Amino acid sequence: MNWLLRHVQSLLASAGHLARAPIATTFTVLVMGLALALPLGLDVLVRNVRSATGDFSGAIGISVYLKTNVPEARARQLLRSARDRPGVRTVTLITASEALAQFRQQSGFGAALDALEDNPLPHVLAITPTAAGDDPAAVENLRRYLQAWPEVETVQVDGDWVARFNAILALLRRLLLLAAGLLGLGVVAVVGNTIRLEIQNRRAEIEVTKLVGGTNAFVRRPFLYTGALYGLLGGLCAFVVVAVALWLLAPFAARLAQSYGSLFALHGPTLRDLGLLLGAGTLLGWVGAWLAAGRHLARIEPGT
Amino acid sequence: MITFESVAKRYRNGREALSQVSLHVSPGEMVFLTGRSGAGKSTVLKLIALLERPTRGQVIVGGEATGKLPARRIPAFRRRIGVVFQDHRLLADRPVFDNVALPLIVADSSLREIDKRVRAALDQVGLLGHERQLPAELSVGEQQRVGIARAIVSRPPLLIADEPTGNLDPQLAAEVMGLFKRLNEVGVTIMVATHDLHLVRESGLREIVLEHGRVAGDAGSLELPSIEAQR
Repeated sequence: MNWLLRHVQSLLASAGHLARAPIATTFTVLVMGLALALPLGLDVLVRNVRSATGDFSGAIGISVYLKTNVPEARARQLLRSARDRPGVRTVTLITASEALAQFRQQSGFGAALDALEDNPLPHVLAITPTAAGDDPAAVENLRRYLQAWPEVETVQVDGDWVARFNAILALLRRLLLLAAGLLGLGVVAVVGNTIRLEIQNRRAEIEVTKLVGGTNAFVRRPFLYTGALYGLLGGLCAFVVVAVALWLLAPFAARLAQSYGSLFALHGPTLRDLGLLLGAGTLLGWVGAWLAAGRHLARIEPGT
Repeated sequence: MITFESVAKRYRNGREALSQVSLHVSPGEMVFLTGRSGAGKSTVLKLIALLERPTRGQVIVGGEATGKLPARRIPAFRRRIGVVFQDHRLLADRPVFDNVALPLIVADSSLREIDKRVRAALDQVGLLGHERQLPAELSVGEQQRVGIARAIVSRPPLLIADEPTGNLDPQLAAEVMGLFKRLNEVGVTIMVATHDLHLVRESGLREIVLEHGRVAGDAGSLELPSIEAQR
């Protein structure tokens, strides 16, 4: 109980210290907030692009054109073996006669087609791969496998732009992680430097505290809390920055969506983002303070 | 309570502050440490409070040899020693109460205990009622007494003071000395470093004289001829 009380007191004392230097505190928190806002903003952007473009995995289709001399019975066998192939979700067979009927209906060349002696169209296997759109390699593997069948004339993949698009999104996400890592390091450095200055400013207090028997842990405690508080406030600041930025962008996004006849609306950062930001900020602040305190506190000894 | 056995102290910059000091202070004693500036008075006090470790010889305080005390045990060691400085070393941005309470706070005392003991200590130095004032709002003499209250608040068995009257006029200095004597009467071992020979003589207490890093005299001050030579 006593122990908990001490920590609460230490935390309050640290908060008091920050409140007594509002301008310096504001600047530090702002720097950290902007650093943390960038990865969050990127993440929200990627999420919005995903939701705006929807789930495209259904848009990928593979058309397998069989050679014209392949009989329909053989085509049905191929249909079955294609269905057993892993990575294939659905297969349908469009027979040459079905295709011709369809073509006759849709093209308006009915009379011209009647003039043909036999059906020039091949049987076609229409395949939907199970591979999600963000795995172009799996789709490519399937294409090669099908191409190797002797009965196959050509294999055409439709909608591989979806795969490319998804690959770009995946790249963006990776970039985001990288940015988050670097900016996290930046936050640690900012807090570390701030705490270093703070330690220098409070040198007299540290010396006296050690002189009357304060342990290193006791002396370090308020600085760790200060660092964690900086991080917490920085996280909060980042959330506000991103939320405000999206609020500013929302009407423009809505206008753009409207011009495409879409109901898309910008999604702001979620409560989960807030929790994550506050947690990450606090942790980074704590680590920065811990590093600075470890380096600089040990050097301060009373009376030397 | 304090034993120095052939202690030498050489600082990292090469200056030899103590070359050969042996002395012994029994529990319950009150002694003065005198000598010119640079004679080694401050170094002796620093060695006692474990702000420095001896280069040679042994310093034993409260039965503990300081030379090999591991760093993690230094805080507990220092809590048994009260230290008073000439410049009192109070925290300017904290009220009197917080300044005096610091040794209890670092020792994890309960709030009730802290409240009780801080008041008792302030009462002893005649400053009860000044708890909420900042050090700068007090006179120099009062500030020095706050420093003493901080040194005695955790009731350490040993009190060391470095020129505690250096900034005070004779009347305030006499008051502070009176305070030390009263503490000594209730059993606190006290060592006061000073160059105020007048005070030492008036007290009639034991005086250890340092000269060039050695003990040049150790006796009741009135019988010590070397004092005259110093002046």
